[in-house]
Amino acid sequence: MRYLPKSPSERQEMLEAIGARSIEELFKSIPEKFRLRAPLALPGPLSEAEIIQYFQARAAENSRGYTSFLGAGVYSHLRSVVTDSLIQRGEFLTSYTPYQAEFAQGTLTAIFEFQTLMCQLTGQEVANASMYDGSTALTEAVLMAERLTSRHRVLVARSVHPEYRHVLQTYAKNLGIEIEEVGYTKSGQLDRAALKQESLAQAAAIVVQSPNFFGVIEELPALAEVAHAAGSLLVTSIAEAVSLGIVRPPVEADIVAMEGQSFGIPPSYGGPYVGVIATRDKYVRQMPGRLAGQTTDAQGRRGFVLTLATREQHIRREKATSNICTNEALYALAATIHLCLLGKEGLREQALQNLAKARFAQAELEKIPGVRRVFSGPSFNEFVLEFPRSIKMVNTDLLREKIIGPFALGIHYPELTKRALVCVTETTPRAEIERLAAAIKRILERPV
Amino acid sequence: MNSKSIDIEAQVGKILKVRQHPSQNEGLIFEKSAPGKRGMELPPLDVPVVDPAKALGKEFTRDAIEGFPEVSEIEVIRHFTRLSTWNYAIDLGMYPLGSCTMKYNPRVNEFVARLDGLATEHPEQPAEVSQGCLRILYDLQKCLLSITGMDAATLQPVAGAQGELTGLLMIRAYLQSQGNPRKTVLIPDSAHGTNPASVVIAGYEVKNIKSNARGQIDTDHLREFCTEDVAALMLTNPSTLGVFEERIAEIAAILHERGALLYMDGANMNALAGVTRPGDFGVDVMHLNLHKTFSTPHGGGGPGAGPVLVKKILEPFLPVPVVFQKEDGKFALDYNRTKSIGRVRAYCGNFGVLLRALAYTLAYGPGMRQATEDAVLNSNYIRKNLEDLFDLPYNLPSMHEVVFSDARQKKHGVNTMDIAKRLIDYGFHPYTTAFPLIVPGAMMIEPTESESREECDFFIEAMRSIAAEAEANPELVKTAPHSTRVGRLDEVAAARKPILRWKPEERGSR
Repeated sequence: MRYLPKSPSERQEMLEAIGARSIEELFKSIPEKFRLRAPLALPGPLSEAEIIQYFQARAAENSRGYTSFLGAGVYSHLRSVVTDSLIQRGEFLTSYTPYQAEFAQGTLTAIFEFQTLMCQLTGQEVANASMYDGSTALTEAVLMAERLTSRHRVLVARSVHPEYRHVLQTYAKNLGIEIEEVGYTKSGQLDRAALKQESLAQAAAIVVQSPNFFGVIEELPALAEVAHAAGSLLVTSIAEAVSLGIVRPPVEADIVAMEGQSFGIPPSYGGPYVGVIATRDKYVRQMPGRLAGQTTDAQGRRGFVLTLATREQHIRREKATSNICTNEALYALAATIHLCLLGKEGLREQALQNLAKARFAQAELEKIPGVRRVFSGPSFNEFVLEFPRSIKMVNTDLLREKIIGPFALGIHYPELTKRALVCVTETTPRAEIERLAAAIKRILERPV
Repeated sequence: MNSKSIDIEAQVGKILKVRQHPSQNEGLIFEKSAPGKRGMELPPLDVPVVDPAKALGKEFTRDAIEGFPEVSEIEVIRHFTRLSTWNYAIDLGMYPLGSCTMKYNPRVNEFVARLDGLATEHPEQPAEVSQGCLRILYDLQKCLLSITGMDAATLQPVAGAQGELTGLLMIRAYLQSQGNPRKTVLIPDSAHGTNPASVVIAGYEVKNIKSNARGQIDTDHLREFCTEDVAALMLTNPSTLGVFEERIAEIAAILHERGALLYMDGANMNALAGVTRPGDFGVDVMHLNLHKTFSTPHGGGGPGAGPVLVKKILEPFLPVPVVFQKEDGKFALDYNRTKSIGRVRAYCGNFGVLLRALAYTLAYGPGMRQATEDAVLNSNYIRKNLEDLFDLPYNLPSMHEVVFSDARQKKHGVNTMDIAKRLIDYGFHPYTTAFPLIVPGAMMIEPTESESREECDFFIEAMRSIAAEAEANPELVKTAPHSTRVGRLDEVAAARKPILRWKPEERGSR
């Protein structure tokens, strides 16, 4: 087997050196009756060429050749080959968590840069070395808010990504955290009038996403004011991080939970991505996840170490701030490299392109009779449209034209049937937007 | 910045120290930034330009981000390539971190994960155009069930710790359906720190149980502790001492008699794959760390994947969605599961990691047993060649890892951390230090199957040489490493006054 660096005679010699007569002898601590006698029922072994064949066959069964208008938490953005080639350097790809700092300065320095970039983007003071993704980052942010306030209720906007809310519910269920959902207005923003004073007084946090699941940007300064007046925190989730190129950062938020997939990470059918939590300096000791910090060696040379580990499970065990251990370091590195490449001007230009394309798409689609925009609030690269027909039917027809249509909201919002979330990024060519508009027009003109 | 600091006089006739080379003095990317530079260009916009202040309203927009890097492509390449040379990696040599299973990460797995049609797929796209992704998930599930002897699986958890939580939540849901979720989860004192942390998030209390003199679960003790309040025992098998729980069947029986379940932390599955199946020895629920046993790259601390495998009784409680094959042979996701614990993460988990694990499994097929045998052979070979110089606190048969202690070197003032740091000078990554907690001064060595006899011999030689140094020249060991870009770093200062981000005014603080 090509991955195993031993010849049969070397195995024999090593056994002899150990003083064992057979390899079986090394497994003698496993009770006889539990030892497998038959070979594992697995396909293979496959050569490298056969493995490639298998996966190419699977790739051909997917959506190659289709144009997609899906966003809803996962975005197709430009990626540079530079990012992917750098993260494939063995020294990054095949190294462990940097507990032995002297031998892992590369990873640690990059994490420190990642933390810095996340602070610059979010307007927060401190960011961690990564969480699993946006959904779990939001959940951890809520648990953090609970610890900080000693309150056990959270007011969660219904416009937060539905799958993020599902994850939060799963975690919260056994921890005595009560989740109260708050509706939205015609603008698509959180309905402030629906925030009850008695709920606020008990709330650890108001939890919103911005841009929210409908693509609408929330009024964070006003929400922060409401939260702070009641002694609760504002937790802000960001699923589309490219928005931060032009959208005002959530500086008023107390905890920001972000999904960084938009920064150079492929959609990859749901993961791996990279989550991040950013917050204020004063809350750092209640933060989950790893942190890299700057220090010096005995000769005064600058170096980086994992720090404030007394928050973490390997030290604090059941009293830790979180059970997180393995996180998404390689994709934090990818995001760091990607953002360094894009730079100050590039990120802004990318965000502006998203905005312009989305506005163009919206205008094109609104020209179709019976199609109208649903929410009036400011939006970035996603927007909700109402169709005169079931989205499922429209999308089924679109699929025949090799178009993956917009996200049907009715699945998660019963009141929003016939509404769909359209996403357009800098990677969507104008011609494809026009093709979508033409196709939908044709479909809607056809009798049902 | 470097040339000025070099005393040329003093260097005459000497070779410049490597750390004076620019590649060893690389600053932070922010320190290289200059206005107007960029490393990536976008295709021109093909629709009318929009003014953000008009489109969004001024109160919703921001100006350019202060301090954000502005560098060219070559600078990015050089910067991160230089940083990478400060890391150690499995591609460079043996990485004997116990309980971490640092094995070879096959390159073909990286290739296939990046294929157009796999890396490009959106998790919300319709099943009609996701058959390839769904089949990958389904095939991997089948392989993992076959390796573990369990009945049903979820691939959604994205790390071992999240797998633990998922498994515990399913235990809770199952017991709840029986009328009482119970209160506590038993954890041996040798367990990984994520175990107790996960138990708390699942809403249970932790009760630690002590290992016996042989480092194994004390079954009498277990009988006494396993009351009506106990939901489960979380057991790592082989234990963190690298030793198989010989009385595993009895342990399972004690728990089952009292209506509690057996959770197995599969962190050490590299000792078992192909040799024995947890499903056969009484385990009810377990997780696997695909970034350990199934070779997906650690990437400096993730991503990982922590699939959970369960017995039939727990199947109704699996997180949604569940991948299944329909009668027509097509694959689909089932969301309609009323007893499900819900979601633990958005979408189907770390698909890109799962895909790599399948590629690894297909490469071996039933030959995975050989990998397990080689891993156990390597660890026993290292043990045999070091046990005359290092203290072996638990003299039990080792499986894939061996745990020594620094008891003998401590007499010379040298501890496990010193030896670990000195290993760096010999070109090896340190072993795991100070874990498991039941061994004071632990030195936990896991070579994996990826090491040739030659590499094992080099490691043995290094360890023997360090043992000699610890006696003859303890200072040399205590001040190691001597070969890295930076020496031992001041961790106390880092924690006392944390500097967790770069700020412009700290420029030149080096």
